[in-house]
Amino acid sequence: MSAYARQARDWVPAAAVFVLAIVVWDGSIAAFHIQQFLLPKPTSIVSSFWNERHTLWPAGWTTFQEALGGFVGGSLFGMFVATVVGRFKIVGTALMPIAIAANAIPIIAFAPIFNVWFNPLSPHSKMAISGVLCFLPVMVNTLRGLQSASPRQIELMRSYAASDLEIWRRVRVPTALPFVFTSLKVASVLAMIGAVVGEYFGGSFNALGVLIRSKAQVFQFETAWAGILVASLLGIALYAAVAVTERFVVRWAPETRDS
Amino acid sequence: MSAEHGTPERSVVEIKSLTKTFPRGHVTALQEIDLDLRAGEFVSLIGPSGCGKSTLLRVIGDLIEPTAGSVTVNGKTAKRARADHDYGIVFQDAVLFDWRSVSKNIGLPLELLGWDRARRKARVEEMLELVELTSFADHNPWQLSGGMQQRVAIARALAFEPALLLMDEPFGALDEMTRERLNLELLSIWQQLRSTVVFVTHSISEAVFLSTRVVVMSPRPGRIAGIVDVDLPYPRTVETREAPRYFELVTQVRELLRSRGEHLLPEEEAALAE
Repeated sequence: MSAYARQARDWVPAAAVFVLAIVVWDGSIAAFHIQQFLLPKPTSIVSSFWNERHTLWPAGWTTFQEALGGFVGGSLFGMFVATVVGRFKIVGTALMPIAIAANAIPIIAFAPIFNVWFNPLSPHSKMAISGVLCFLPVMVNTLRGLQSASPRQIELMRSYAASDLEIWRRVRVPTALPFVFTSLKVASVLAMIGAVVGEYFGGSFNALGVLIRSKAQVFQFETAWAGILVASLLGIALYAAVAVTERFVVRWAPETRDS
Repeated sequence: MSAEHGTPERSVVEIKSLTKTFPRGHVTALQEIDLDLRAGEFVSLIGPSGCGKSTLLRVIGDLIEPTAGSVTVNGKTAKRARADHDYGIVFQDAVLFDWRSVSKNIGLPLELLGWDRARRKARVEEMLELVELTSFADHNPWQLSGGMQQRVAIARALAFEPALLLMDEPFGALDEMTRERLNLELLSIWQQLRSTVVFVTHSISEAVFLSTRVVVMSPRPGRIAGIVDVDLPYPRTVETREAPRYFELVTQVRELLRSRGEHLLPEEEAALAE
C-alpha cells in the first residue's frame, strides 16, 4: 500500500466520527424539538455560511491579520527573550519566577484594558492581546529547549575548541527547535482566541468577533455560528501552516519521523 | 609498526604529579599521577568506578582542569593542544547529532576547522570507508544500530587526523559480540593511522586484548596501582584471546586490581570478576 493510501486510511475513523456527529446534531434537533436560537441545524449554518460569504470572509480576513500580527510579534519576542535569558543566567534567575507567575494570569482579562491603551478600532489593540498570549508559552518553551542541549554534545563541541556561539548555533538551537514548534502550535491557537475575544470588547465593525456578537444580539444565530465556523477554519489554517513548517524544519525529530 | 612499544619514542602525553580534587564533598579523584605516553602507543586505563580513569581522560583533553600538576600533550599545554585540535574523543554513547546525517556528523569537526565543502566531502568518504559505513552515508543516526553509531563516532573523532585518540568506555554499552568485532576493527584502524590511543575501560579482557600497556588504577583516592606491559604480538586476532600468554596477562591485571582492591565495593568486585 502506498504511503498516501495509508495516510488516507488513517483519516477514515476521524472522518466517520465527524459525519456521525453532524448526523446526531441534525437528528437531535428534530427529535427533541430544539429551538433554532439554541442550536441551529448544521444545514442552516452552512447555508448562512454561503449566503453571508461576502460579509463573513472579509471579517475573517481582518481578524486573521490581527491574530497573525500578534502571533508573529509575540512569538518572535518570546524567542528573543528566551535567547537573552538563556545566554545570561542572571537575567533568567531574575525573570523566570515572574514569567511563570505571569503565565498563570488570565491575560484575556486584560482585553478591555488593551482596547483602551491602543485604539479599540485599530487592529493593534487585538494584535497586542494576541501577542501577549503567544509570548509566554513560546518564551518558556524556547528557553527550556535551549537548556535541554545534551551535556555530552556540548562536551564534544568543547573538545573541538568550539566557541559559545558555535555551540549555540550547532547544538542549542537544533535541540530547541522541536520545543519551539510545540509552543508555536499552542500559540497559533491562542492568537485566534486573543483576536476574537479582543473584538468582543469592541473593534472595527468589519471583524469576526464584533460580527458574531452583534448577530447574536439580533438573534441571527445561524450567522453567528457561521462566523464561528470561519474563525475555526482560519484557526485550523494557521495551526496547519505551523505544523507543515515544522515538518520541513524539524525533519529529524522522532515524533515527526513516521506520522 | 607503531606497536613496537618500549622503543624510546616521542612523548605524546606527559602527566606529572597530577592531582584533581572536586570541591564538592572533598573527593580526591586523582592523586599524584605520573604517566608518560609515547607516540603510537595504545594505552588502556582500567579500574573500578571511582578510580578517576574518566577524570584522567578528561584532564588530558582539557575538559576538566587539574587541581595541581601538569599535563603536556604533543609538547604543549593541554589547553593549547585542545585549541589546536590535537585529539579526537569518543564517549560511551556515540553522541551523534540527530539533525545531521551520518556524513554530516563525521564532517562536523571539519566544518569547525573551516575546511571547504570539497575537502570535507573527500575526507568524509575516506572515513566512511575506514569504518565500513559507505552505504550509510545519508542515513540518520537513529537508523543505525548501537555498534554502527559508535563506528560513526570513531570516524568523526579521527576525521581531522588527530595525533591522539581519547576513548571513554566506547564499547561499554554494546553487547559482547559487537564489542569483540569492534575491538578488532579498532585495532586495524589504529594500525593504519598510527595514532596514539588512550582507552578507558572496565573490562580486563578488552584492555589486555587491545593495548600495548594497561594502566591499572585504584580508587579513593584515584592512583596508579601498576602498569602491565602487554607483549602479545600484533596483529592480534581471534586466536590471541586463546593464547596462554593472554591469560597470564589477564591474570596479572586482575591481581593488580585485587591487590589494591581492599576498598572495593562488592558489586565492583563482581564487575571485575566477569
